[in-house]
Amino acid sequence: MALKSKHLLGLEGVNREDIQLMLDTAASFKEILERPIKIVPALRGITVANLFFEPSTRTRFSFELAEKRLSADSVSFSKDSSSVRKGETLKDTVRNIEAMRVDLVVIRHSAAGAPHFLARCVDASVINAGDGAHEHPTQALLDMMTLREKYGSLEGLRVVIVGDIAHSRVARSNIWGLNTLGASVAVCGPKTLIPLDVEQLGVDVYVHLDDALEGADVINVLRLQFERQTQGLLPSVREYIRQYCITTERLADAKENLTIMHPGPINRGVEITQEVADGPYSVILDQVTNGVAVRMAALFLLSGGGV
Amino acid sequence: MSKAKSLWIKSGRVLDPGSGFDKVADVLIRNGRIVSIGAVKKPPVGVELFEARGKLVVPGLIDMHVHLREPGREDEETIFTGAQAAAAGGFTAIICMPNTNPPIDNQETVQFVCQKAEEAPVKVYPVGAITRGRQGQELAEVADLVAAGAVAISDDGDPVRNSEIFRRALEYASMFHIPVISHCEDIDLRGPGVMNESYVSTILGLKGIPAIAEEVAVARDIAIAEFTGGRLHIAHVSTAGAVELIREAKRRGVQVSAEVTPHHFSLTEEAVRTFDTNTKMNPPLRAEADLQALRSGLADGTIDCVASDHAPHSSEEKEMEFDAAPFGIVGLETSLGLVLTELVGTGFLTLSEALAKLTVNPARILGIEGGALSEGGVADLTIIDPEVRWAVDCQSFRSKSQNTPFEGWELTGRSVATIVGGEIVYGRQEDEN
Ligand SMILES: [Zn+2]
Repeated sequence: MALKSKHLLGLEGVNREDIQLMLDTAASFKEILERPIKIVPALRGITVANLFFEPSTRTRFSFELAEKRLSADSVSFSKDSSSVRKGETLKDTVRNIEAMRVDLVVIRHSAAGAPHFLARCVDASVINAGDGAHEHPTQALLDMMTLREKYGSLEGLRVVIVGDIAHSRVARSNIWGLNTLGASVAVCGPKTLIPLDVEQLGVDVYVHLDDALEGADVINVLRLQFERQTQGLLPSVREYIRQYCITTERLADAKENLTIMHPGPINRGVEITQEVADGPYSVILDQVTNGVAVRMAALFLLSGGGV
Repeated sequence: MSKAKSLWIKSGRVLDPGSGFDKVADVLIRNGRIVSIGAVKKPPVGVELFEARGKLVVPGLIDMHVHLREPGREDEETIFTGAQAAAAGGFTAIICMPNTNPPIDNQETVQFVCQKAEEAPVKVYPVGAITRGRQGQELAEVADLVAAGAVAISDDGDPVRNSEIFRRALEYASMFHIPVISHCEDIDLRGPGVMNESYVSTILGLKGIPAIAEEVAVARDIAIAEFTGGRLHIAHVSTAGAVELIREAKRRGVQVSAEVTPHHFSLTEEAVRTFDTNTKMNPPLRAEADLQALRSGLADGTIDCVASDHAPHSSEEKEMEFDAAPFGIVGLETSLGLVLTELVGTGFLTLSEALAKLTVNPARILGIEGGALSEGGVADLTIIDPEVRWAVDCQSFRSKSQNTPFEGWELTGRSVATIVGGEIVYGRQEDEN
């Protein structure tokens, strides 16, 4: 079996079979990660370029580790796109990639659609490692993998995504993927951070946290960027904390089997308390482990590997 | 140009939307003027013959909203190349916006444009700025601008934020009987938006420009026009709400006119899903309901004109991430084809209604010559093949820039000759695409 698309630009339009294939493949790679020798020659001779135009240590390390485990040759480039002239670097990059005969490109960029631009211009397969507020498909896949490990199936699972939905690529990719796998998705956040017509994505929308948390199996907590306050989208971070911070008290009526997720990095005490992040419901560290497995799967499947 | 020549346009369907004249007839031109419309019995000696059987002979088309990049960005367009693109697109007159560098906010720059225009194949009329430097702070010297040849004033692209200044602009402009052309947009509501705010912007994660950014500004400008009695022309209307506001205002007798671009009545925000930067323009492509409202607004006369908002940008500037790319697309060479295909071909407008939006209406709004066919009148004409099917190929554009979202579109109907002051300034070869 192989994926239907040459690229992994997002989870919009990716069907159930392809998502299952990526998750199954990730599960088998995870076994390798648990062996003493955590390396397979699956991508020997394949060159991967990691292009990080936005600071991200976690995602970059995760991809780099995945590439090492698969024996790929990889080069990494990281530059904050806010520090370079807009547009310049992306075009330069295209030329460089063509010259270097890269097979796979992993790109993180602050502008939505930057991976699509690349995919149009180069022969290599492109993996979107997060583009603006658009998509972050490998994050959603690792979230789904983590949930599948715990619940067996996502069918009927009530997943609540809490926080800055408007600016979150994690939320968007999760909504597409979770809906495809039959979960029931809700989003919750202040009205000013809920994007227009989001309910058309097939999600329930809540502005009050307690309403949203009723009956939740999973709470996926998003990171709050403090600049939302200066942009006039929030009166204050303090008020955000009072209304949306996931605390032990808020979880008093939670299901026994509740799962707390966070894509990281966490603002402890802002969107989630230390106690909850490190508490019994949290799977935040499993997410990190699964991140490597999912990225191995994506790299492997897009490099032409079949299972 | 030599004006002693005569031209005999034979057996075309002569259609003059202003007078309602619509007959197969000959048009005889001499000394840059139309001598007769009707059968030519005794052709003058040495007359040049243009066989127009099966073609439409109409008043020269006028595009009242184009951006020529001279002075400032001559690498993207000059007055001359913009005029060439206009001629190729069937336009005999274009009206150029003042957002050049330096801006057209003083007499010298108006004169510069008018001088350049003399060498251009079509008529080029400058629009002067409303405010000095297009900064929205102090009125430009409007009397001087008009004296030098400006036909309207506008701070297009940077709408006048200060309502008091906009009020004074309408009052002041009314002394010279020129319209104030308003790019209606509330800059705060637009914010850093790059596309229509909707479900599509939500899933693409692109910052949205809400319809209310336009509608709030249209409502304000109409209120000020109504109060002052000044003449307001609303550029590139893009939302259903704006159409309704203008319709209501016209019903009340406010002196307001409006234009729509071919891209806004042909494309919706769905086109942005590819992240192709040639779908990035301001106002942005809107929703299907907006497109339908624009077509209805054209049909019932709420929207008076079609204008291209021709905005050339180099491929260097457009080939980048969506957020960073500039707004705007070229339009002079696709405008007529889109009008004929999307409005006439679909039955939204009759041929005569559609052509009025490109001829008599803009001429009346701006008070410029042309836009009509009459004996003794200026010989600005466009000859159109209404049946020819052609494919848009940006490589063949006369414009210096190729930024079009219509590449590869199959259109029906195209100009075959453009005549300015009795001279054929553009003639399309039979095999030419
Ligand atoms: Zn404008």
